[in-house]
Amino acid sequence: MAIENRSGNRRKRASIPPWLRGIGSTLFTVLITMVGLLFVTFIIGRVMPIDPVLAIVGESASRATYDAAYQELGLDKPLLVQFFIFLLDIAQGNFGESLLTARPVSQDLLRVFPATFELATVGTFFGVLLGVPLGVLAAVKRGSWIDHIARVVALIGYSMPVFWIGLIGLLVFYGKLGWIGGPGRLDIFYVDMVPNITGMILVDSLLMGDMGIFRNAISHIVLPAALLAYYSLAYISRMTRSFMLEQLDQEYIVTAQVKGLSANAVIWRHAFGNVKVPLVTVIALSYAALLEGSVLTETIFSWPGIGSYITTALLSADMNAVLGGTVVVGLVFVCLNIFSDLLYKFFDPRAK
Amino acid sequence: MTNLLEVKNLTVKFPTRHGVFEAVRRISFSLGRERLGIVGESGSGKSMTGRAILRLIKSPGILEADYITLEGKDLLTLSEKEMRRVRGHRISMIMQDPKFSLNPVMRIGDQICEGYRLHARASRAEAKKKTLSMLETVLIRDPERVFNAYPHEMSGGMGQRIMIAMMLIPDPQILIADEPTSALDVTVQKEVLEIMDKLVRERGMGLIFISHDLNVVSAFCDRVLIMYSGRIVETCRADQLHEATHPYTVGLLNSIPQLEHPVDHLEVLQRDDAWSKDPSVSGIVETEEIA
Amino acid sequence: MSMSTELPQKSSSLYEWLTTDTPTSRKQARLSSWYRSWLELRSNPMAMFGIAILLALVLIAWFAPLLAPQSPFTQDLAARLTPPGEGGYILGSDSLGRDILSRLIYGSRITLYIVSLVALMAPIVGLFVGTAAGYLGGWIDVTLMRITDIFLAFPKLILALAFVSALGAGIENAVLAIVLTSWPPYARIARAETLTIRNADFIHAIKLQGAGALRIITRHIWPLCISSLVIRVTLDMAGIILTAAGLGFLGLGAQPPSPEWGAMISAGRKFILDHWWVATMPGLAIFIVSLAFNLLGDGLRDVLDPKKNSK
Repeated sequence: MAIENRSGNRRKRASIPPWLRGIGSTLFTVLITMVGLLFVTFIIGRVMPIDPVLAIVGESASRATYDAAYQELGLDKPLLVQFFIFLLDIAQGNFGESLLTARPVSQDLLRVFPATFELATVGTFFGVLLGVPLGVLAAVKRGSWIDHIARVVALIGYSMPVFWIGLIGLLVFYGKLGWIGGPGRLDIFYVDMVPNITGMILVDSLLMGDMGIFRNAISHIVLPAALLAYYSLAYISRMTRSFMLEQLDQEYIVTAQVKGLSANAVIWRHAFGNVKVPLVTVIALSYAALLEGSVLTETIFSWPGIGSYITTALLSADMNAVLGGTVVVGLVFVCLNIFSDLLYKFFDPRAK
Repeated sequence: MTNLLEVKNLTVKFPTRHGVFEAVRRISFSLGRERLGIVGESGSGKSMTGRAILRLIKSPGILEADYITLEGKDLLTLSEKEMRRVRGHRISMIMQDPKFSLNPVMRIGDQICEGYRLHARASRAEAKKKTLSMLETVLIRDPERVFNAYPHEMSGGMGQRIMIAMMLIPDPQILIADEPTSALDVTVQKEVLEIMDKLVRERGMGLIFISHDLNVVSAFCDRVLIMYSGRIVETCRADQLHEATHPYTVGLLNSIPQLEHPVDHLEVLQRDDAWSKDPSVSGIVETEEIA
Repeated sequence: MSMSTELPQKSSSLYEWLTTDTPTSRKQARLSSWYRSWLELRSNPMAMFGIAILLALVLIAWFAPLLAPQSPFTQDLAARLTPPGEGGYILGSDSLGRDILSRLIYGSRITLYIVSLVALMAPIVGLFVGTAAGYLGGWIDVTLMRITDIFLAFPKLILALAFVSALGAGIENAVLAIVLTSWPPYARIARAETLTIRNADFIHAIKLQGAGALRIITRHIWPLCISSLVIRVTLDMAGIILTAAGLGFLGLGAQPPSPEWGAMISAGRKFILDHWWVATMPGLAIFIVSLAFNLLGDGLRDVLDPKKNSK
């Protein structure tokens, strides 16, 4: 009966299907968020105590050179106009030039991004692979030893400073035991032997078929990736557990049991089927958190990704690089949010 | 021939911080190929009784009984795996609100097929065919569309008909209906009841109808058990309900408005602590008595 | 709304007054519900463990000058990088020969300073924004929530980094940066609470008595938002500590020679392979304190979660 109502009334009024309108309003929201994000970044850049003109022309420049550069940067124009120029520049992928590398920031970002992407992806992959089953088990066997273990694992993950445990890990597994490669993505010996195809060394070394380099790359990525995986596991297992507990309390679980289904079918097909939907959002969030966590992790492991790019730039007052990096990570965040939104709409029949 | 189902001294209890709470206390009853009503207010243990028969009491709840026999076979001695062959296949249950008792992210067809394929070991195509005809049996006009729809697209009455189809498709001998119509609009209640009644009759099944509504139960069932605070306080044939003697039953009857005998004030039920201390009345009927 | 607050009768004990099922005043009802929550929290050993650690932390910070064996700044280059337990350095000494234990003890003051400032400021900002948006509605609501979403969309740590770099490194700026990045969730909570309260009958009654928006927000809506904000803040404390330590580690928080724990790890990083204790000890301190906050937060959530009875 509900079906009849729905198809009858709506179709006449609007020729745009509701899902398209949904996407339209999502896109509008995203656009506003992005502009806002850029505006905040822009303001941060303007209040920075570094004089961008001096940074370019140098301390000893004459008054005339200084003024010329000042005008060239558009600093004499009103703030809103400056912001508009800033927006136009970014829309064209132009983040200005890095003081540190003397190259366009956009090129630098393209170079460092794959390293972060590789690390965060491997981390999230294992975090999901282990965290989801752990959370499900903890919920199903609530109060058992496995639930307690899951709780302790998460508590430790929530409480440990990543930069500290990274250092300890390096000390133990690299310094004392020598089981893994040290900081960086490869031993120095290998560094220039990998062609830059995707920028992800694990993939590139496989593409060129060199197992030696591949193994070396693994020995370097294993510790930082394991750390990130642990953090994402802590979060994902906790969320999975609470989602599962909520679903296992529902009446349709009793229905499934009444039908005579096995415990596995009840848990995975029915309860987990309902958990999948919100879990997508959680995984996207944890992926985003890992990209962010890369700032500290990459610093510890000298991992040449976007995190260490931003911190290095920060410490050497390389304003364009800092802003560019912030904008890119922010945009990735927004994209992940849209992506999880869309997946949500795709997976949940009620959202259509 | 023995009774379809016989329950002896069933107790369901829950440990709480203030000691053990007994939701159901030592009740006994039997079920033939008849329609047995269990009436009681919320918290009287009637729903727990239904779930206990299927051995679906969630921990930390504890289920105890001398025996629960299904055609002479004690269900309490079965392993969990054997018990799963009983659930759905031989005893089924319909719950209160289809909004919550249907899985929201699974297509309706898949949910109905699921139980049938499990018990009948049928192929996908066979199960679909059977499901579509089952949907027609519960008077759903467009089975093909409903098959591919999701529960949220259904109204309450449709949902409950789908539940009936889903629970009857493996052809069980006993159906437990736990307040099957209390979440529905009054107008569709009767419709759903009639469908259920017809199917149960045609298939010669036993029905346990759990409700708080004395009117519906007396009109719909052959025999009635009245439960109060975890025990059966009275048992009688439905058509002889007006002859009931227990003060609780009498109180319940008097608190129902009647069109033929309008009164100025409906009586308010006066409770007596003694009711919850008396031993349970047996609801077991020897098979000869049921004609 | 009666303003009379009845005192406990002399004949009954305080315990009975607190656990009664029939409170006779609002104050008694509130105190009694707090007391019950406290009783439940007390039966949770993990949460009590967390509270014990936090109490200890406060005491240590308070009595730092009495407890610390040495000054946190006195250098002794002859005794630099002394391993733990040797030469009177219980937790060893750092690269400038300073006693690590003393530095940790004094560092607890910085940690508490940062955490309490952020825990005070961020929810207040959130409260202002959230209640204004929720109560006033309309375009004010839309604008404020849009801004909230924009801040929520930013990666927190990176935004904090950018802020600190714009404002200049230092504890105060680190606190400010963390506040600027952590207020949005509180604004959302406050707005949600406001929306439910706004249409309550008693608010309509107050309006009829002629109360203005400002008075209603400050006198009636704020007090009701506070409890949910407090829970959320407790849960967020560990995160605040970790962020602050992270900023310190990157050299953007407290500046040397201040004994901030994150900065101490950073200083010990160079020596990690040969002198493990320099970086390990402050890390342990951070870990223990944020663990304590997490244990307390977990316990609080269990006690105050309305769904807890479905166990």
